[in-house]
Amino acid sequence: MIAVYSRKLLGRVGRVSRIVLEGVPPTGRKLVYVGLAIVLVIVFMAIAAPIIAPHSPTAPSGRPLEPPSREHPFGTDRLGRDVFSRIVYGSRTVLWVVAVAVIISSSIGIPMGLISGYYGGVVDRVLSMIMDAVYAFPSLVLAIALAAALGPRPENAAVAIAVVYIPTYFRMVRGQVLQLRETPFLEAARVLGIPSTRIMRRHLLPHLLPTIMVVFSLSAADAVLTEAALSFLGLAVRPPTPDWGFDLYSAKGFARSAPLLIAIPGFMITVLALGLALIGEGLSERVRRTR
Amino acid sequence: MGLLRYIALRASLIIPSVLILYTIAFIVLRVLPGNPVLAVLGTKNIPEEQLQAIMEELGLNKPLYVQYFEYLWNVLQGDFGTSLIIRGRSISADLADRLPATVELAVAGMFVSLLLGITTGLVAGLKKDTKIDISLRVYGAITYTIFIPWFGLILQLLFALWLGLLPVSGRIDPGTALEEVTGFYLLDSLITRNKEAFIDALSHLVLPALTLGIVLSGPYTRLLRNNLVVALESNYVMAYRARGVRNYRITWHAFRNAIIPVVTYAGLQFALLLGGAVLTETTFDWPGIGTYLVEKIQYRDYPAIQAVVVVFAFAVGVVSLIVDIIYALIDPRVRY
Amino acid sequence: MREVLRIEDLTVYYYTLRGVVRAVERVYLEAGRGELVAIVGESGCGKSTLGYSILKLVPPPGRILSGRVEVDSVDILELEGDKLRHARGELVSMIFQDPFTTLDPVRRVEEQIAEVLLEHGISKEEAIDRVYDLLRSVGLSERLARMYPHQLSGGQRQRVSIAAAIALEPRVLVADEPTTALDVVVQKQIMDLLDSIRREKGMAVILITHDIVLAAERADKIAIMYAGKIVEEGPIDEVLKEPRHPYTKALLASVIDIESREWPQAITGQPPDLRKPPPGCRFAPRCRYVFDKCRREEPELVEVDHGRRIACWLEERRL
Repeated sequence: MIAVYSRKLLGRVGRVSRIVLEGVPPTGRKLVYVGLAIVLVIVFMAIAAPIIAPHSPTAPSGRPLEPPSREHPFGTDRLGRDVFSRIVYGSRTVLWVVAVAVIISSSIGIPMGLISGYYGGVVDRVLSMIMDAVYAFPSLVLAIALAAALGPRPENAAVAIAVVYIPTYFRMVRGQVLQLRETPFLEAARVLGIPSTRIMRRHLLPHLLPTIMVVFSLSAADAVLTEAALSFLGLAVRPPTPDWGFDLYSAKGFARSAPLLIAIPGFMITVLALGLALIGEGLSERVRRTR
Repeated sequence: MGLLRYIALRASLIIPSVLILYTIAFIVLRVLPGNPVLAVLGTKNIPEEQLQAIMEELGLNKPLYVQYFEYLWNVLQGDFGTSLIIRGRSISADLADRLPATVELAVAGMFVSLLLGITTGLVAGLKKDTKIDISLRVYGAITYTIFIPWFGLILQLLFALWLGLLPVSGRIDPGTALEEVTGFYLLDSLITRNKEAFIDALSHLVLPALTLGIVLSGPYTRLLRNNLVVALESNYVMAYRARGVRNYRITWHAFRNAIIPVVTYAGLQFALLLGGAVLTETTFDWPGIGTYLVEKIQYRDYPAIQAVVVVFAFAVGVVSLIVDIIYALIDPRVRY
Repeated sequence: MREVLRIEDLTVYYYTLRGVVRAVERVYLEAGRGELVAIVGESGCGKSTLGYSILKLVPPPGRILSGRVEVDSVDILELEGDKLRHARGELVSMIFQDPFTTLDPVRRVEEQIAEVLLEHGISKEEAIDRVYDLLRSVGLSERLARMYPHQLSGGQRQRVSIAAAIALEPRVLVADEPTTALDVVVQKQIMDLLDSIRREKGMAVILITHDIVLAAERADKIAIMYAGKIVEEGPIDEVLKEPRHPYTKALLASVIDIESREWPQAITGQPPDLRKPPPGCRFAPRCRYVFDKCRREEPELVEVDHGRRIACWLEERRL
């Protein structure tokens, strides 16, 4: 049963990745693979956290601010917790928040952009104006305001980040639909009387897929940085939940005595964002070419 | 004159977007969490009568739509109301107090990012496909994903804590005397001819500005590099060559064409700059709007948070207007 | 008549990642004072590369392997640095196909024309006067001087390009498909302008075109190019009256001739891949009259009559 299901899933992943990677030049593919490798390592770390982490991420396992040792590869934090274990478990928080945020914002932004761009009219104009206004606004500040109103919990951070990135998807999809609407094949489909919903699902969406994947990975990279920022400002998690952004903030006062406390969480944030951005960068080489 | 009309038209276009953001901020901060006063004071066991009195004083018991327009009217007059936490404290006064610091940081950060982005983009474009080009492109990609607080703390550790070359945090040394005129410390120290204060303020500004500037320079590198490559391979460059125009002049003409989209991008980038400024300020305890916002969030001072959102929305609008005007002046193809 | 342009044994290859493209091979060509020489061929036959070579302006990864391009006895290909720069514009200049992209979009017409003069040592005061003279001489009103390219029509832009190209009265003007992007009426005006300029200034014009009809109307001399080589060359009247290379015949048959009331005949087959041209004559795979020797040995361009040169083994059979 599980085997059948996973084979189906693999088949689907294969098909999508074929469409997405098609026409991506070798240099672009290289970027995609490097990015993918980075992201997969971190995902693996999150899944296998209980196996990898030598200590509890939340309970003290040594004296405060111990230097690196065999017992504590990156030392301990000000409460005597193992830094390495907190980093390993922290990947869960950021990945979870970012995944939820990106799924929410894409599943709202993409259909909205599709419908708004396809039908046009007053609704489209009003929607575009709102989206443009939000898009032009500092996304971090908006996410801060939202997260502040909702309270410091990971799910609230995810919602705040999701709202902020809806315009990105909306604008991209709408722009593409406006372009595609003028192409002969869509005109033909309309003349043939194919229902609009079917045109959108069957004809527009596949054409949008490569661009969507680019925006998907780039906005996920941005979302990682936004999550870390919210968390750094104390708006994403409550202690003692392990989270890279918050751990960086907690280490702020101990830079001189324990520089690793600063170096490692921030490095992880940057590397994860870089991995996601590389995937987007690589994929966009195809998009740029076909333009 | 055409340009004035163009500016007026563009200016009128920022009104709806500021209004939209004002509305969003209003909905998020006044409608969503229910009663903000309860949210703040609820834990403190305040008697019902007193609570009502506070609500009355802040105008929070009126219907929402009345609150919406009343507050809007006040904002238009520059009055952002009073703090929910420190009773009677004018938010407008607070903002006026903090704004110069943020503007100083934002301008310095923008300067650094443009300087770095344009130089690296220019070099990469001129040295297309060489090792220099490739490493500068990697620079552009990596700086974009750097987490600002991390980068700031690392620079702080390196240059302030270990090397002791620059101050760790803050905007000016508490012991340095500076007479405030405009609130912009660099400007004030110049006006009052206070060399000591100028050097002190500048040395405090270096690390935050570098942090913000380096992280934001990547997109400029990439944009200018790609535009320059296109421009240098364009037909008009070929035509310049065919007419025997000197190379440095041809490069200059190509650069002029390539820089125009960078100006537009600088306008879009401004939002990122403000977001980055909030993080940079928090990292370096820089007393600007960003730290103000973070402080107010800790106390859930909603009117203050809302005020910051509105001010930022206005700032974004004004900057995009300025960029539009610059764009119209440097690109003859823009009609007005 | 002393030639102002003499091209000898010119060979240009492009060293691309996918192989060496032999774009121009062992080309000889001359043009006299005020003469209009048309180079005709299909796209990709190397005619534009030949045009760029005359200014030593072949874009990378192209490289000029051998040859001489003499303008007034100066070998352009020998020149380097500032001397080359001065030769471009003063001895030889060029106009391009697409008038919409060959002018700098962010500079005024007058700036772009004046720059040519200033860059070649003419004083500012004189340059300003000359810009207006030049605009008038290409049939444009002085009022256009302060405009930007996007405010002009295609024909006007091409006139501005011509004004900038002839500002220093070069001896040779290379015109690469100068009218292809323009509509028919404007085409005629531009060609008339080029005609009057070359007569007035005694400038040799090298007209690069795919349009044999245009060449027939305007040229004194025609050179037919195929797959990087010149296959036939001679005075226009003689070549039109009696085309001798099979490719020339095919080209002429492919255009509509109203008088003969015959259908145009398309040339069958594709031009060869210049990375690995066929052995022997490059036209052999598409030639109707092909015989054994054509596939083995490459025919050289030889003088068959006074001023007529042909590269074809059929000529040998005629004797």
